[in-house]
Amino acid sequence: MSEKFDAIVVGAGPAGTSCAHDLAKGGAHVLLLERGEYPGSKNVMGGVLYRKMMEDIIPEFYKEAPLERPIVEQRFMMMDKESAVTFSYKGMEWGKEPYNNFTVLRAKFDQWFADKAVQQGAILINETVVLECIVENGKVVGVRTDRPNGDVYADVVVLADGVNSLLAQSLGFHKEYRPDEVALATMEILKLDKKVIEDRFNLEDNQGCTIELFGDATKGILGTGFLYTNKDTLSIGVGTLLSGLIKHKIKPYELLEYVKAHPMIRTLIQGSEPQEYLAHLIPEGGYHSMGRIVGDGVIVIGDASQLVNAIHREGSNLAMTSGRLAAETILLAKEAGDFSEKALDHYRVRLLEGFVGQDMKKYKDSTHHFDRNPHYFDQYIPMLNKAASQMFTVDGQSKWEKQKKIWKDLGTPKEKMKMARDMYRAWKVVK
Amino acid sequence: MSEQKKYQTIEEKQYLVRFNADTKSHLHVKDEEICLTKCPDKICTIFCPAEIYKWEDIRMHVGYEGCHECGSCRIGCPHQNIKWEYPKGGHGIVFRLG
Repeated sequence: MSEKFDAIVVGAGPAGTSCAHDLAKGGAHVLLLERGEYPGSKNVMGGVLYRKMMEDIIPEFYKEAPLERPIVEQRFMMMDKESAVTFSYKGMEWGKEPYNNFTVLRAKFDQWFADKAVQQGAILINETVVLECIVENGKVVGVRTDRPNGDVYADVVVLADGVNSLLAQSLGFHKEYRPDEVALATMEILKLDKKVIEDRFNLEDNQGCTIELFGDATKGILGTGFLYTNKDTLSIGVGTLLSGLIKHKIKPYELLEYVKAHPMIRTLIQGSEPQEYLAHLIPEGGYHSMGRIVGDGVIVIGDASQLVNAIHREGSNLAMTSGRLAAETILLAKEAGDFSEKALDHYRVRLLEGFVGQDMKKYKDSTHHFDRNPHYFDQYIPMLNKAASQMFTVDGQSKWEKQKKIWKDLGTPKEKMKMARDMYRAWKVVK
Repeated sequence: MSEQKKYQTIEEKQYLVRFNADTKSHLHVKDEEICLTKCPDKICTIFCPAEIYKWEDIRMHVGYEGCHECGSCRIGCPHQNIKWEYPKGGHGIVFRLG
């Protein structure tokens, strides 16, 4: 591998493949390196792919991509040990073009997507680990791979190597993450008859449902669980900050089993057969944890730059948009013949002024706020459940009496003040 | 409908996953002495999602063959005592679905 490329993209996930696709489409000579046996073989996601950002790369992709189900209902369950307060939105507009989002299985989807980049002219090489960036006079000029004679050169190297971006770290772009900046997610794919899924989740053919689980799903630790419908499988998972697992000494797979056995969940997955078990880290430090994302001859995109909106379980869409903007920037740099940090800074500016940067800023304090204040999950959600149970149980007490009791159960005036303050602060960190 | 078994063990979960293990480990305990003398909790044996870290009386056994390459041990080790690399290209875990 001695030829020189316009760009080398490290990692064929949503960020890297988006970037390679648009670079090749724009006429650049681009190499896409993937360490797995095939794109997707190392990648894990709960399963929601957002239509808009994907269409920014490939219009009407849903007519040919291997998708599971378009989502028509999003449910949210606030769980206590043996109960849940649930709210949901279901809308038929999500079930037809242009759609809102889809469940996908990543091993299938990522291969299809990388194929599209190859069709545009990108060169994909699998089973190749990038060991380090080759740096000359402070400028990244290529990568050293684990193949024999594996040095490859390019004007720009794009790091799309995921949450464990050892490459960005070794360039000094960010420090090692702390356990409270990453969430460890474990999930399973459960086989279940298509018809049973549709009956159980109140769906028609080619309609899907996502359920997000809060509270007892994570035994009150900061995190969420999820249950998504695929064609003839379910994806079920649970993710908590690594620091939470450490603090409470909880085994992640036991937490997953706890969710699966929860009385609100077990009836939904009953009779299903586990197909695969997966674990992955999610970068959840947010805006404050983002390191440098541009340098001389180098750009960082996707999970490698901490681009995740944990509150809205968005990540792959931020990854795709960052990949697209990186490609746009590199094509401009190529035209100008300037690959300096100053020229590539266009990427950072475009990223931060768009929805990615805006959303990262909007939720910049949310993870840390909820992490420092566990009572949102371990006290307020159980309280909400108890209040609903009291209000809706018909036992001869008048509704006025019930309200009075619920109000009294909230605690002393001082505790109520604290709650009001907490609600205001929760509103403030997400407003 | 038959009663579903209550809990699935980590061994049963790992059995569902395809691995193409390298002959060499990509994970190394930097200083075995630290695990023995300075780390009473050995928390990696708890939070590792594949339970690849197992304490055997005086040393940490690292079953790298079943690693999901998530990176938790590198970040979560309280003594930064784990050298973490990616397995050789094409090796390690191979997800087929999710």
